[in-house]
Amino acid sequence: MSAELASGNVTAVELASAHYDRISAVDSDVHAFLHLDREGALAQAASVDGLRKAGERVHPLAGVPLALKDVLTQKGVPTTCGSKMLEGWRPPYDSTVVTNLKKAGVVILGKTNMDEFAMGSSTENSAYGATRNPWDLSRIPGGSGGGSSAALAAFEAPLAIGTDTGGSIRQPAAVTGTVGVKPTYGSVSRYGLVAFSSSLDQAGPCARTVLDTAMLHEVIAGYDPKDSTSINLPVGKMVEAAKKLDIKGMKVGVVKELAGDGYQAGVTTRFNEALEALVSAGAEIIEVSAPSFEYALAAYYLIAPSEASSNLARFDSMRYGIRIGDDGSRSAEEVMKMTREVGFGKEVKRRIILGTYALSSGYYDAYYGSAQKVRTLIKRDYEAAFTKVDVLVSPTCPTTAFKIGEKSDDPLAMYLNDVCTIPVNLAGIGGMSLPCGLAPEDGLPVGFQIMSPAMKDELMYQVGGVLEAALQSSWGKPLYASAPELAVK
Amino acid sequence: MALNYNQALEKYEPTLGLEVHVELNTNSKMFCGCATEFGASPNTQTCPVCLGMPGALPVVNAKAIESSIRIGLALNCSITPFSRFARKNYFYPDMPKNFQTSQYDEPICVNGYLDVTIDTDEGPKVYRVDIERVHMEEDTGKSLHVGGATGRIHGAEHSLLDYNRAGIPLVEIVTRIIPGTDKYAPEVARAYVAELRDILRSLGVSDVKMEQGSLRCDANLSISPRNSGTLGTRSETKNVNSLRSVERAVRGEIIRQANRLESGERIIQETRHFQEESGETRSGRSKEQAEDYRYFPEPDLLPILADPAWVEELRLGLPEKPSIHRKRLQESWGVPDKEMLAMINAELLDTVEETVLLGADPTKARSWWLGEISRLANEKDVLPRSLIEPTEVAEIISLIATGELTDKLARQVLEGVISGEGTARAVIEKRGLKVVSDDSALMIAIEAAISAQQETAERVRAGNIPAAGALIGAVMKATGGQADAAKVRELLLRHLGQE
Amino acid sequence: MSAISREEVAHLARLSRIAMTDDELDHLSSELGLILESVSKVQAVAAEDIAPTSHAIEMQNVMRPDVVVPSLTTEETLSGAPAREDDRFKVPQILGEE
Repeated sequence: MSAELASGNVTAVELASAHYDRISAVDSDVHAFLHLDREGALAQAASVDGLRKAGERVHPLAGVPLALKDVLTQKGVPTTCGSKMLEGWRPPYDSTVVTNLKKAGVVILGKTNMDEFAMGSSTENSAYGATRNPWDLSRIPGGSGGGSSAALAAFEAPLAIGTDTGGSIRQPAAVTGTVGVKPTYGSVSRYGLVAFSSSLDQAGPCARTVLDTAMLHEVIAGYDPKDSTSINLPVGKMVEAAKKLDIKGMKVGVVKELAGDGYQAGVTTRFNEALEALVSAGAEIIEVSAPSFEYALAAYYLIAPSEASSNLARFDSMRYGIRIGDDGSRSAEEVMKMTREVGFGKEVKRRIILGTYALSSGYYDAYYGSAQKVRTLIKRDYEAAFTKVDVLVSPTCPTTAFKIGEKSDDPLAMYLNDVCTIPVNLAGIGGMSLPCGLAPEDGLPVGFQIMSPAMKDELMYQVGGVLEAALQSSWGKPLYASAPELAVK
Repeated sequence: MALNYNQALEKYEPTLGLEVHVELNTNSKMFCGCATEFGASPNTQTCPVCLGMPGALPVVNAKAIESSIRIGLALNCSITPFSRFARKNYFYPDMPKNFQTSQYDEPICVNGYLDVTIDTDEGPKVYRVDIERVHMEEDTGKSLHVGGATGRIHGAEHSLLDYNRAGIPLVEIVTRIIPGTDKYAPEVARAYVAELRDILRSLGVSDVKMEQGSLRCDANLSISPRNSGTLGTRSETKNVNSLRSVERAVRGEIIRQANRLESGERIIQETRHFQEESGETRSGRSKEQAEDYRYFPEPDLLPILADPAWVEELRLGLPEKPSIHRKRLQESWGVPDKEMLAMINAELLDTVEETVLLGADPTKARSWWLGEISRLANEKDVLPRSLIEPTEVAEIISLIATGELTDKLARQVLEGVISGEGTARAVIEKRGLKVVSDDSALMIAIEAAISAQQETAERVRAGNIPAAGALIGAVMKATGGQADAAKVRELLLRHLGQE
Repeated sequence: MSAISREEVAHLARLSRIAMTDDELDHLSSELGLILESVSKVQAVAAEDIAPTSHAIEMQNVMRPDVVVPSLTTEETLSGAPAREDDRFKVPQILGEE
């Protein structure tokens, strides 16, 4: 697409319009988008076209359309975080990610659906209705960033931004046959990223290919003085790594504790095939053990809700968002309580209560405090592993896309979707999911996860690029070319 | 029969603790770049960060860190090598995030002390107030409560919020329990806050105006029967807006608690509000169930590791301690203790010092400020410093020294300057108050007086010196009081042959 | 018996300012009970001598200079306000004030 734009074969406005047409055709089925910003997008596209016409140098991604997860602020554009609480809210400021996208001339088509406040693994927790997996509309597209991944899989946008706290970019990528990366914590600014779990949240690039993802990664990453947790180091060369197509001699570690015990058979099958492809490409597979990973899920479901319970306290109807029950007879406190009862969905309330409990006096040491110690152990396990190998790999999640409604009544079962992705967030390192085939039993996409040491995200692109090329050559075409034709309305 | 203060203290002994909040005078807020100007129009100094908008993130103000460390050093604290921010979680509409970014178990400074001296029956006594911690936090927004609209059956009230103040850096200084203050608890409390205020002012970290809220004091007080060895339940008194209120609040609480215990009631652990008019405290929110703030380390901010070399640099750069400073002034001016105390109690020491630094003689500076100027200030019910500036006073004093003004004339000039007629020289010009010191002019007046009172003049010639008084008086009258009386006398006596 | 009682959930709902229905309290009590049982395994490995991690990255002393930066306009600040009066946020009466 970038090449087409650069050569002038197509204009950004044409490209954006074509995508809006596609969205109109299929999104009533997929429901990936919550809001379309036609005016803003076409204005941006026109501006990029103008620059190109005038012979100005523009970024390779200038004029390329993108879908933005609705958890990042975009000035003047509705940002709901998938919640009723923020219905109608238009932020007065841009997140740094959006600022960077605008600077590069990327055309933001609209905001995508998500689990409310990023809490969930299926996008069923959205207050605005579920998003459906383009591969099978009766199934979930993953979560919390299901809208972004579905938009990619349905060809509604070639690029997307997601956010990942426990797997919310990677798991949706896996179940929709797309690529998603959670960059090293601190490498992409969180300014303007509505916080769920501050020490785990990270925005990241999503696309249909590893190279596209790499290009987007370089646009959004970088030091931001407005974010105290932002790392002040140059962004690595992701694009170069993705194009390298050479991993000879690289050591790839398979995590014993994430090697598929009890996972869906087809997931394990495709995972192993991918390992073979890496070996053929010249890599060495080594088994490593990370015993603390057994406790990762538990630690996550203490840390994340705890931080969330505090981050979500600001939604009290006083300064922004909806207000319920203010008929003049009630106190501020009563109005707060009523608003939060109505404005938050079940999963969010569940996690707020859980988090409040884990932080409360008398329980802090046993719960939140202990979870933070598990985090230290997980970091240590990764550090030890990375002395032996360059990257670590695992299936992205234990199953392919499940049916909508299948797990929504069983929180614990839902949480298990994140068992492979969570350790990455707890340690703050990089994680990528890319397609490694369709599961034989249900024909649904399987995701392959690559994990790299902190600030070495380029290694994921290097390995991912090789794997993608190898698998595509064995399939004869990219995976997304096998996606079902969506009924065009 | 209600106990009075002394009676209360016969039976009970007080235990005192003080928490002081200081608003720092940084240009920008604690976690964002918004301005911190006092009195700005509502919600004009606000941004996503201090409004707690979704997605906003804090970044620490380096100057606030520096000021906090300097405060700790001035209070003899140790600087914590690994200091962290924590979230204090509770809901209140003036708190944009419904948590306050503060510090919990790793405050920036710990274990300091401040010695304060008060006047007791046995003479001046020094109390060492141990300081448990100094930590950084952020201020809240301001709420205005609006009364019910007319005609509404339910009298609906609402509140209006201005977040300009939200996020302004605050430093909280917490004392340990101050033991053994006994009946001097109110004085010790006042002296502590006064001394602390002086130190903070000398550091230049805050304008420490209690009336404006840049220095806030909460007094914790409990009482227990004498020699019981136990501590009573304490109350926390807020809304203490002046030094005098600190003293009154502590005194009032002791009396209130004693009377409660006497009548068999127990003391409720609660927050109380000091009432200026009555000097009493009124019950606020009950703290029976201690609020669970669910403190945890602030994930959006990184720890502060103060470089020891930098801390040492700050320590060396500290200004002279006010108590040392005062001692030095006392020695150099040769002032007795009682007079020093008078200046301190009148809060005029700094003003006098300023005047001396402008060249005035210390004794003269003191006597003018504590004398005539204070008198006029009391008449108008204002502070002396608001009437006139040290520069003007120093000028008047120097005009007396050079003989251009007499004390009497100077008083008129002072009055003129205070009334806004202009500078000292301008008033002299305008009112024609200059001392007549020109000998020939004086001689004319002297000769006139002599010829008008020839008998008196004869008496002086005959050796009756005191009789000259009448003649001098006549000359003074003739010159409208602008003659230098001493000079007149000299010239007159010489003229009449009495050197 | 759930690891967390209905009363405790009600207390937590009050602390978090959420007006939960009785139904919700019941459901949450059992759900959270299950979750807590599952997550308490962290205690098994949380030994005394392990330092907790609160930040993924090891950085310190991140600060900004004490410089004033343009604020939002009053309009922008109040743009999302559910209610306003002149230039202030209008909120229901706040109880428990002096």
